[in-house]
Amino acid sequence: MASSIRIRAKLENGVTTVKTLMTHPMETGLRKDEETDETIPAHFIQEVTGKWRDQVVMKGQWSGGVSKNPYLSFQFKGGEPGDAIEISWMDSQGNSDSATTKIAD
Amino acid sequence: MIDQKRRKLLKGSLGVGLVAGAGLLSPQALLAAWPEAAFTAEDKAAAMKDLLGSETFENSDAVKIEAPPVAENSAAVRVTVSTDLEDAKSITIFAAGNQRPLIASFELPEHAVPYVSLNIKMAETADVIAVVQTPKGLFGAARMVEVTAGGCGA
Repeated sequence: MASSIRIRAKLENGVTTVKTLMTHPMETGLRKDEETDETIPAHFIQEVTGKWRDQVVMKGQWSGGVSKNPYLSFQFKGGEPGDAIEISWMDSQGNSDSATTKIAD
Repeated sequence: MIDQKRRKLLKGSLGVGLVAGAGLLSPQALLAAWPEAAFTAEDKAAAMKDLLGSETFENSDAVKIEAPPVAENSAAVRVTVSTDLEDAKSITIFAAGNQRPLIASFELPEHAVPYVSLNIKMAETADVIAVVQTPKGLFGAARMVEVTAGGCGA
């Protein structure tokens, strides 16, 4: 399966900006199916982690209030071109995914 | 007599087994750190108290929120939060008008720049509130976002 995560990491003036897009329904568990009137079960990313050289530089905890197919950007200091960046998530149904990229020049 | 003791022992061990089994099956147990009470709170003050230990924060110009004054799409409102405050430990974002106001909280480990940008759902016209945790206390700011079309039911 193709990764659910796309990442771009760019270094500028000593600060690495990471932009990431995750494919995920982000169901709050509060919505109802309009046809069946049944509640759509909660299914959203609860934890998202960003690592640089295997060191955690971003850790987020989310509700279903984050938009479908989440966009997230964060920054850290100390990156060098070619360094590995890893993004991973875990959702409310116990699923997880991760992807890596390298900091662009 | 012996039989009765044995039964008790069996009962006891069965109980332990059930508890341990339930723990293993629950995704919540794997995500023990995810603060469920704060995320399901339907009141912003209660969510804040549960997550950050206080219902209030000090208003600060050093907490900056970028958000559109009018949201064209209430299902994806781009919110960017940054701060000049020193030693910021975390950034937490609320949408005050949502059924569950706590949207996201970010720890800022060593090397992190206190900056996050993400898309959030907004149920109605309301304040987006950002709270930054520092050793000197909680500092925050609010920015009103107008939702024109029907909210997204967040």
